[in-house]
Amino acid sequence: MQSINILIVGVGGQGTLLTSRVLGNLASDLEYDVKVSEVHGMAQRGGSVVTHVRFGKKVYSPLIEVGKADILLSFEKMEALRWLHYLKEGGMLIVNDQSINPMPVITGAAEYPDDILDRLKKSTAKAIIINAIDIAKEIGNIRVANSVLLGVLAKYTDIDYKNWEKALSRTVPPRTVEINLKAFDKGYNARV
Amino acid sequence: MELMLGNKAVARGAYEAGVRVATAYPGTPSTEITEFIANYDEIYTEWSPNEKIAMEVAIGASIAGGRAIVSMKHVGLNVAADPLFTVSYTGVNGGLVVVVADDPGMHSSQNEQDSRYYARSAHIPMLEPADSQEAKDFVKLAFELSEKYDTPVLLRLTTRISHSQSLVSLEEPLPFSIKEYTKNPQKYVMMPGMARKRHVFVEQRMKDLAKDSCEFEINRIEMRSEKIGIITSGIVYQYAKEAFPEASFLKLGMVHPLPKDLILDFASRVETLYVLEELEPIIEEQVRSWGIPAIGKELFSVQGEYTANMIEQAISGITVNTQPAEELPNRPPVLCPGCPHRAVFYTLKKLKLTATGDIGCYTLGTLSPLEGLDTCVCMGASIGMAHGFEKVLGKDFAKKMIGVIGDSTFIHSGIGGLIDIVYNKGISTILILDNSITAMTGHQDNPSTGRTIKGEEAPILDLVTLVKAVGINNIHVLDPFDLETSRKVLKNELEKEEPSVIIFRRPCALLDKSKSLPLRIVPEKCKNCGLCLRIGCPAIQKLDECMVIDDALCNGCGLCERICRFNAMERVDL
Repeated sequence: MQSINILIVGVGGQGTLLTSRVLGNLASDLEYDVKVSEVHGMAQRGGSVVTHVRFGKKVYSPLIEVGKADILLSFEKMEALRWLHYLKEGGMLIVNDQSINPMPVITGAAEYPDDILDRLKKSTAKAIIINAIDIAKEIGNIRVANSVLLGVLAKYTDIDYKNWEKALSRTVPPRTVEINLKAFDKGYNARV
Repeated sequence: MELMLGNKAVARGAYEAGVRVATAYPGTPSTEITEFIANYDEIYTEWSPNEKIAMEVAIGASIAGGRAIVSMKHVGLNVAADPLFTVSYTGVNGGLVVVVADDPGMHSSQNEQDSRYYARSAHIPMLEPADSQEAKDFVKLAFELSEKYDTPVLLRLTTRISHSQSLVSLEEPLPFSIKEYTKNPQKYVMMPGMARKRHVFVEQRMKDLAKDSCEFEINRIEMRSEKIGIITSGIVYQYAKEAFPEASFLKLGMVHPLPKDLILDFASRVETLYVLEELEPIIEEQVRSWGIPAIGKELFSVQGEYTANMIEQAISGITVNTQPAEELPNRPPVLCPGCPHRAVFYTLKKLKLTATGDIGCYTLGTLSPLEGLDTCVCMGASIGMAHGFEKVLGKDFAKKMIGVIGDSTFIHSGIGGLIDIVYNKGISTILILDNSITAMTGHQDNPSTGRTIKGEEAPILDLVTLVKAVGINNIHVLDPFDLETSRKVLKNELEKEEPSVIIFRRPCALLDKSKSLPLRIVPEKCKNCGLCLRIGCPAIQKLDECMVIDDALCNGCGLCERICRFNAMERVDL
């Protein structure tokens, strides 16, 4: 098979790293070759962050090239647009309907675009926009929004639910397994 | 098989190689190596105050007969370069591996120097892995080579190797016993008479290694199409395989010294030879010096990271992907909500001071809207540079400027600058932003935290006593959130014709256990003046009519409440 390329983007501190690690462990459970490229250090402090997940029969580069992502999972609206050119034509775009103002917007040096969703919808991507924060709040912990988004993504792959459950359970901190599974299920069964 | 970060694989390699001592000073992208090693009870592990000391501890451990590994980022190797050049001469007893992580593209660094030059100039072999499996295997091989050739061995990583995960097969640790230590001044005391003899040994060692490396399995030819031949190493091998799976490759696992005969052989078997290496043309220049025509930097940059698309496009001449990125507001990294540094920078901005800066989270205080720093060069530089400013611009200017440094950076290499100021009669005011942790690299312990890397209790370095011992008579310890006192003390100390140290002490907001209720802005009270936006807190935003605090981000530090002229903030009752 061709490699599956999943680009996960967001704002430092949103939990993108954990999500990429679940995907990495899932691919490894399924005995694929897999590479995950992460961002550590300075950029993590509230900056724009990106992690790359690639799996398949044989994976060389840990990085996804521009125009070659099968799935773009964005934790924040403007970040979806920033990384959109990485998505291949007709690729799958999953966006958390949340905006976080970057410092140039907070200081008034720049404006947060108000037409992001329109611009995203105009692209060739199959776009799913979902408010994972609201769903996570309903469950009782805003921090599991990443598992909600993972559930949405999972629904559009042909990988068994059980495999996702297993990878998620062995990746998240032990005492948060239950709530993360719940969040994942909400995402998986969300009507989008 | 286990999915492992490159840095974790290095740690696993150290464990499997029977390492006794592991040392480091944290630095992205190398930090996690030593954090992972610390999980092995068998290995003595320490955060050293700086890379030079880390290197010296490892050299001592090696000469004593144990295997030792020392890890750092590329600029850390500059700090450790002094012992590095001479341990090349002494050689080792137990194996010695020096891990250095370069940062092409400067994800988290102040320059993008190429550490391979150190291998060449210090006459030390250097290995470069291309994934996590190789990272582990090469550590073990490095120890074998170290002991066989009586040399320290450099292991070069780059950010994409250190911070990528790939699959690794685990093995059991090797049985390794400590080698006997015998006194041997001819080998271990590098006075001129001994060093001259050792230099002869070093030159022969490198010749032997260069010859033998033609047979090393880690330098391998992968013949496919003869049209394109690519010499490469490390992460660039992966990019190039992605771009040209049908090309022939000479993949170098050892990037110094180079296997000349193997390269000649490979070059003779391909039509067009390319040398692909991020940063400097180190392999390319050597290959060309042997009269081998090769294409390299005329097509590729010495700056930044390469990509598979870039390689494909440069070699094929066909535009690969033209999809442009959207024009959007930048999202630079920021000081966290509740960060105590923010309060210091707010005070500095009020006083309109010139500030020499340093390396740490507080370097982010350079950015808008705080714009608090004028310079950032290297670890510890803020203090010496403030002194240099004074010697050119005079005492009156020195009364309007400060040096800003963190606790870990001060201990790393700031203390020497302070000694200089006292000794050479400077009057600088130095601020130590003491959050009692090495924060930027992900909260590592240091001598000011009272804990070792293994989580054991340790004596807490008393910065006040230390600074006093240096000869500073004006010392204050302040809470940065006490804006009034901060401003008064700063103004007062700046006026003095004597050096002063102000320690702003408050724990990192991410570690502060004293939870405060988040704040909210009462719309009826808010006059929409925008003052609270000037502290650059990511939790505060301007919406249509008034300011709004995101209670999920706010940690309740109360800085905005202190500066608001209309008492518009109140605590959210959760």
